[in-house]
Amino acid sequence: MNSKTQNKVAIGSLYGIAGLVVLILLALLGYILVSGVPQLSWHFLTAPGKAFLKGGGVGIQLFNSFYLLILAMLISFPIALGAAIYLYEYAKDNWLTTTIRTAIEILSSLPSVVVGLFGFLFFVVKLHLGFSILSGAFALTFFNLPLLTRSIEDSLRTVSDVQREGGLALGLSRWETVTRVILPAAVPSILTGVILSAGRVFGEAAALIYTAGQSAPALNFTDWNPFNISSPLNPMRPAETLAVHIWKINSEGIMPDAKAISSGSSAVLVIAILLFNFAARYLGKRLYKRLTSA
Amino acid sequence: MFVNNDVKKTMDMEDRHVIKLSDPDHPVILSTEDLHVYYGQKEALFEGDLEFASNQITALIGPSGSGKSTYLRSLNRMNDRIATVTGKIMYRGVDINQPDIDVYEMRRRVGMVFQRPNPFAKSIYDNIAFALRLRGVTGKHELDEIVETSLKQAALWDQVKDDLKKSALALSGGQAQRLCIARAIAIKPDILLLDEPASALDPVSTGQLEDTLLSLKENYTIIIVTHNMQQAARISEYTAFFNQGRVLEYDTTSHIFTNPSVQVTSDYVSGNFG
Repeated sequence: MNSKTQNKVAIGSLYGIAGLVVLILLALLGYILVSGVPQLSWHFLTAPGKAFLKGGGVGIQLFNSFYLLILAMLISFPIALGAAIYLYEYAKDNWLTTTIRTAIEILSSLPSVVVGLFGFLFFVVKLHLGFSILSGAFALTFFNLPLLTRSIEDSLRTVSDVQREGGLALGLSRWETVTRVILPAAVPSILTGVILSAGRVFGEAAALIYTAGQSAPALNFTDWNPFNISSPLNPMRPAETLAVHIWKINSEGIMPDAKAISSGSSAVLVIAILLFNFAARYLGKRLYKRLTSA
Repeated sequence: MFVNNDVKKTMDMEDRHVIKLSDPDHPVILSTEDLHVYYGQKEALFEGDLEFASNQITALIGPSGSGKSTYLRSLNRMNDRIATVTGKIMYRGVDINQPDIDVYEMRRRVGMVFQRPNPFAKSIYDNIAFALRLRGVTGKHELDEIVETSLKQAALWDQVKDDLKKSALALSGGQAQRLCIARAIAIKPDILLLDEPASALDPVSTGQLEDTLLSLKENYTIIIVTHNMQQAARISEYTAFFNQGRVLEYDTTSHIFTNPSVQVTSDYVSGNFG
């Protein structure tokens, strides 16, 4: 076989493999959407669930998912940002940073069910937080922190070193250079990373089953006092999320339309994550234009 | 310390020619004494003893790897985290190569422009104004004025005066480099260090940049590293020739280019090596 044919065969097989991947993805996505979208209605998205009867919705689960996501992000983002700035802008390569990096690697490869069980023992039992949104948010922080730190560090890396030198040469301190020159330039990419990781957190189930719990008590959407037990904002109430809901009705759902609810919930989850991804790209680009006034 | 013996042998001390300055109109503003730079164990600059005259342009020339950029970057301590720099850097009678010097304050007096234009991802206006704001200059009127003067001094005002709010990233290479100069002079330094500022520019932009530098020397002392010998000859009063980590020759530019005292300098400026 001469090199020209060889090249053609190689390109052909690569196209084949790439096509196969796309095809599998599209098939999966298509199946979820085709079986799920017909179930969607305003009622389905807003009504509370029913345990034995048909016609329940996922309103509470949907709200729980977003609330938990926001709380988890509020906790994990500042920590990840600080860690990433330290690791990339300040730390020298020594045993300490090597240890931190290794810890991040290990933490990011931890199975999420292990994170969940750890969260159960530590937050739920030891710290007496119970099955609560707060326990879930802490568990998600553990799950999210390594990925977010890595992604913010990568964002900082995309800002060229000549920008750092430019800041320092103007008599700016390292801190001023980081906050005034580097971060603004990195914000679009950081934002993209945050939204993408939000998608992962949004779809997480295993880490939440034992921390945020599997029950969705009825909520009073007119009561916004976070200290009332029926308030949606109460962080100490158990909160089943959409992803946990899918897992639960598939394993023990006894309502007659369990399959339909599961398909509908899956579609909502997939659509939400797709929206996250598109939003990440769109906002990242918009923000970059805005900040650089290009 | 690690000493490169091979280099020592080939470098005869007799073969050096470094003048001391004595021009009363342009007193020495910056000088280095016994400056050594080490990258880890490797010595990149063996001794840099130079004096720089105020309000003049001094060119640092020499082949790649001769230590001229290393030397320049040591002058405002941009090498601090990268290399070890020993010796004295005297700026207006103060040794600025000491640990207790406020480097950030010092760099506001000794500004720097780099090889690759590095405008910030901000508007043209903010590129210049934001460092000033950090230092407490907040009056809109005052900022406007400084932005305008510095852009005029950098010969960029006429091209960008209507686009001050636009991104600096949209500027051409030559314009971006002049913006970097405007940014550097906006904080009113004494000395401007330029590290091959024209190496990424086309001939027209280079010409404009040189004109800018010539007009700037009225107010600033300029030290420029360049690979372009015509450039050094065109704009500088003094030229230092670096080779293998040493200053081999330092004299007026006309002396260096017409009648160099050291054979290696003569070879280099006539294009026989480098």
